[in-house]
Amino acid sequence: MTINRRLQLHALPVGTVLLAAFILWYLLAFALNASGVIDRVLAPRGPWTSGDLIYASLNASRPLLPAPHQLMVDIWNSITGWPVTSPRTLLLHTWVTASAALTGFAMGVVLGVLLAICIVHSRTLDKALMPWIVASQTIPVLAIAPIVLIILGSVGITGLLPKATIAMYLCFFPVTIATVQGLRSPQKMEMELVYTYAARRLDTFWMVRLPSSLPYLFPAFRVAIASGLVGTMVAELPTGAQAGLGARLLTGSYYGNTLQIWSALVMASLLGLFLTGLVTLTERLVIRQRKGA
Amino acid sequence: MYAPTSAVVTLKPTASTARPAIKVNQANVIYPAADQPVHALKDINLTIRQGEFVSFIGPSGCGKTTLLRAIADLEPITSGEVLVNDMTPSEARQAGAYGYVFQAPVLLPWRTVLMNVMLPLQIQGVPPERCDEIAREQLARVGLKGFEKKFPWQLSGGMQQRVSIARALGFEPKILMMDEPFGALDELTRDNLNQQLQQLWFNAQRTMVFVTHSISEAVYLSTKIVVMSPRPGRIVKVIDSPLPAQRTLDIRDTPAFLQLAAEVREALVEGHHDH
Repeated sequence: MTINRRLQLHALPVGTVLLAAFILWYLLAFALNASGVIDRVLAPRGPWTSGDLIYASLNASRPLLPAPHQLMVDIWNSITGWPVTSPRTLLLHTWVTASAALTGFAMGVVLGVLLAICIVHSRTLDKALMPWIVASQTIPVLAIAPIVLIILGSVGITGLLPKATIAMYLCFFPVTIATVQGLRSPQKMEMELVYTYAARRLDTFWMVRLPSSLPYLFPAFRVAIASGLVGTMVAELPTGAQAGLGARLLTGSYYGNTLQIWSALVMASLLGLFLTGLVTLTERLVIRQRKGA
Repeated sequence: MYAPTSAVVTLKPTASTARPAIKVNQANVIYPAADQPVHALKDINLTIRQGEFVSFIGPSGCGKTTLLRAIADLEPITSGEVLVNDMTPSEARQAGAYGYVFQAPVLLPWRTVLMNVMLPLQIQGVPPERCDEIAREQLARVGLKGFEKKFPWQLSGGMQQRVSIARALGFEPKILMMDEPFGALDELTRDNLNQQLQQLWFNAQRTMVFVTHSISEAVYLSTKIVVMSPRPGRIVKVIDSPLPAQRTLDIRDTPAFLQLAAEVREALVEGHHDH
C-alpha cells in the first residue's frame, strides 16, 4: 500500500472527525461561556462588540467549558513549565496514576487468569467461584474504594498498593471471563487429538488451551486496562491523595479551576489511549503470524 | 518387530499367521435416549492382524466411525471387549500404540507445519533436536519437504491432511487409524493420497485401520474389507482381498478389482435390505 493510499484511507476520515469535534467544541464553549463572560468580564468594562464576546468567551480564566486551545496551552505549560518532580507538573500526576493502574492491571491479569484456570479445570470451582465473581462486579467501585483504602490503610499499606488493589478489582473480571472462554475454545477434535497422545493436563494447557485463548485474552486486556485506569482515579478521589490525575480532578473542583479539571481529563484519556495501544502492540508481537485458521 | 519386507511381498497379504493387533469381542455401544436406546454397535466381533490394511465401509450411521473411536479409546463401549496389542484401548493409548488421523487435518493454526508434526513428540518428551529431525523426516516421507516453515493456512486441504498423516507417523505407532481422512478432498487429490498411503503401508507394513464410504478407496487400499450396516450398526461381511500387496492406481481397471468392488457393493446392498 502506498503512503498516498494510506493517507486517504486513514488520515482523511480521522482528520474529518477531529475537525468536526473541534468545531463542535468551540461552538459549545462559546454557547456555554458567553453569558458568564458578559456578566463578569464585558459588562463591567462598558460597551463591547460581538468580536469581543467571541474572544472573551473562548479565553475566559474560569470557563464552564474551556476551549481546546486553552487546554493545549495549560497542558503544555504544566508539562514544560516545571521540573518533572514538581507536584505542579501533570507528568508526575500522570505517572503516579499510570504506575498504580499498571500494577493493578498486572495483579488483575494474574488473578483473572488463575481464577480462569481453576474454573476451566474444575467443575466444582466453576460452580463455586462464578457467582462470587459476578456478584463482585455488581458493587459500584465508588462504594468499595473507600472501604478498601481504609482497611489497607489501617494495616499500614498506603500509597500505590491500595490504588492498585482497586484497579485490580475492576481488571480481573473481564480477564477471567475472557480467559475461561478462551481456554474452552479448543475444538473437540483438537482436544481428542492430544488425548490420543495421552497428553497430561499441563501439556494440554501449554500446547493447546493457552495458545487458543490468546485471541480472546487481548481484547479483554484492553477493556481491563481502561477500567483499571478508571479504578485508580476513583481510588485517588476519596483519600485526598497528594498526587495522581484523580487528585488533580479533586483539587481542580475544590478551587473551581475548570482548566485543571479538563487538563487532567484530557491527560487521563491520552494515558488510556497510550495504555491500550501498548496492549495492542503486545498483541501484534505475540500473535503476529496467526492468520486465517 | 515387523516381518522382513521381502517375506511379506511373497506372502499373501491376508496372512492369517500374524499376531492379532486388534481384537473386538462381542462389543456393543448403546446410547441412552428418551424413547428408545440407540444401538450404535451390535455384537461386533473382529480380529485385525498385524500388518493388515483393514477398511470399515458402510453408509452413514452404520457405526464405522464409532467402532474406530471405540478401538482408539475415544468412545466407551457399553459391553464386550476391545483389545489393542493385548491391552485395553486406554492402556494402548497411554502406551502410544496407535496414531489417529481425523476427518479434518486438525492442525494447530499457531504452529508451523514442522511444529505441528513435532507436537506428539514434544508431548512424549522426546528431546527437541530429535523432534526436529523426526518431523523433517516424516514431512519428507509424505512429500512435503520445503514446507516446514509454512503455516497450515498456507497449505491446500490435501497438503494439510498429509501433514496430519506425517504427524501421526512421527512417533512410529505400530497401528495407524484413519477416520475418512480424504473425505473432504477432491477426487484427483484423493487418488494421489490413496496412492501415497498405499506406498506408505507397503513400505512399512504397519497395521492400518481405515474408515471410508468409498468402495473404490476401500478396495484399492485394503487387504481386508469390513462391510457394515446401520440400525443397529453391525458387521455384515468381512471380505479378504485377493489383490497383490503392491498396487498402482491402474489396478482399478483390472477384472479382479472390479469383481471385488462388485462383491463389496452387493454386501452393502444386502445389509441395507436386511432389516
